Amino acid sequence: MISVATGHRLLVAFPFVLGVLIWGWLAFERRVAKLPPRPGFFRRNGWPVGIYLMLAVALWLLGMVVLPQLFMVELSFRPKLPFNQIGGPRDVYTLENYRYFLFGSTTSTESWNAVHLRSFATTIMSALFISGFNLLLCYPIAFYMAQAATGAQLRLLMLMLIAPYWVNEILRAFAFRVIFASSGLLNTMLLGAGFIVEPIDFIGRNIALFSGLIYAYTLLMVFPLYNALDSVEAAQIEAARDLGAPWWHIHLFVIVPAAKSGIASGCTLVFMLATGALAAPLVLGGPSAMWFTPIVYDRFYQVFNWPQGAAYAFVLLVACLIVVVAGLRLLRLNLTDAAR
Amino acid sequence: MMARITRGMVSAYIMMFFAYLFLPLAIMAIPAFNTSSYPRVWPFDGATLDWFVRLAADEAMIYGLRNSLWIGALVVLVSVPVGLAGAVVLQQIDSRVRSLFHLATIAPVLVPGVIIGISTVIFWRELTLSAGTRALYNGVFLTVMGQSSFISAYCMLLFTARLQRFDRAQEEAAFDLGASNTQVFLSILLPFMRPAILSAAVLAFLSSFENYNTTTFAILADRTLTTVLAGQVRQGTTPTVSALAVIIIAATVLCSAVLEWINRRRTRGIKAHT
Repeated sequence: MISVATGHRLLVAFPFVLGVLIWGWLAFERRVAKLPPRPGFFRRNGWPVGIYLMLAVALWLLGMVVLPQLFMVELSFRPKLPFNQIGGPRDVYTLENYRYFLFGSTTSTESWNAVHLRSFATTIMSALFISGFNLLLCYPIAFYMAQAATGAQLRLLMLMLIAPYWVNEILRAFAFRVIFASSGLLNTMLLGAGFIVEPIDFIGRNIALFSGLIYAYTLLMVFPLYNALDSVEAAQIEAARDLGAPWWHIHLFVIVPAAKSGIASGCTLVFMLATGALAAPLVLGGPSAMWFTPIVYDRFYQVFNWPQGAAYAFVLLVACLIVVVAGLRLLRLNLTDAAR
Repeated sequence: MMARITRGMVSAYIMMFFAYLFLPLAIMAIPAFNTSSYPRVWPFDGATLDWFVRLAADEAMIYGLRNSLWIGALVVLVSVPVGLAGAVVLQQIDSRVRSLFHLATIAPVLVPGVIIGISTVIFWRELTLSAGTRALYNGVFLTVMGQSSFISAYCMLLFTARLQRFDRAQEEAAFDLGASNTQVFLSILLPFMRPAILSAAVLAFLSSFENYNTTTFAILADRTLTTVLAGQVRQGTTPTVSALAVIIIAATVLCSAVLEWINRRRTRGIKAHT
């Protein structure tokens, strides 16, 4: 069994080794293919600029992206220990945090951890639903912006779309609380109009949460969708129309296939961010623990079990990636298409 | 006739869509002017500006605001240069690994913010533990690191778009006249990128200021405006939250106007060029 200190050294070495391997492989391939050597990185940029580029990209990719993720995964395989025993003889790699996620206990595997597993599944399914709903909601707007709006109209629409996005997530969730609370606007109006005799519990039924989440990520769907629809040739649509295709035929069999990658990237973005949403579930979530992120949050700030929290975060990340990659596979796309 | 009906339906849909976007924000603003001590729109008990006064006296909020501004400024200082470097490297990197590099830099945009916050905290905790110093293990620094990982990617996207319009001939002309690499970078590339740098800075600051998911983990025991706000909204709200919303919406409108103005100037600049 390797110790935690060795594990850390391996983690830090890993990206460097990977980088050297990729670099070596590229140089090797270039030699085999007998291509002329490229001008070196520092030849091309000069030393001062070259060093700035290197350091900035290294700080970013290693210090902010790759190493933090690797360390999070590593911590998820370690037990929770009191501070003075961290790194000590009891700090060995273990699967107990994952066991807890599945079975609700670090040792026994007798019964399932129903609360957490159910919330996990609900979160993934709901996030899928939210992306689909947002796609339908935004398609007409994006289509209008891409194919029908004039330059000035487009500018105005863009500005109006971006503006609400700058109001932060907490406040956007708060807005839905003002609307949906038991003495909120909607209940006051419905009671006043005599449609209902007692207030409806929108928050307890998760209606508020769903509305808030759909609202929060609408804009992230509009822009990729608009970019994709914008690249569809107007002549193609014209041709289909001239050949007598009904309008829904044109959308379903001409425009959507052509805009496939943009649709995929919009859905990916909304799905990933909706699964990871924290503000709306904290503010609008009812008493039943439905969303998974508040559970992860509690691992850290209620239970103070960081390794377990890391395991939960990693499970969430992997599940997201699996869903996204599977969805893209269905559309015959790969992850780089969706990241555009 | 048919076309007119379709057009009417499209306009109606667009109006409904924007009503859906803006109504919740408008509704949220109303309780700021209502005397009722619970944030509600109706019944409207009476007009007041008291909640703004309360807001100005709320020390936790003021403290959080100061931290948020400070973090926003640092994030701009980190992510604009980093994003620029990323865009330049993306352009130069061997075409066989370009998509891998692109994926690695865009990944933080796709990864849920909660996970970015968690991983940042864990990484720096482990690092400072093994280094034996706690100097860097503070909320402001961690938040800057966590937020910059994805805000740099936003900046990179803006820079990449601008770089695609860069005319290499300018660079070559400078080299022929004997300019060094550094001179070309400083006096040709940077001035060309200036409008993009300006909008990247605005974008970076606003993204940092409104961020919650990453911040709530990375800030540790410290506080920013959004985390103070989240606390207040969670444990029974007061209309001061609405008052803050009014201020933020006003600032947003102002910022959008500034961005629009920068964009206009940029497009005019391009027209003058061609």
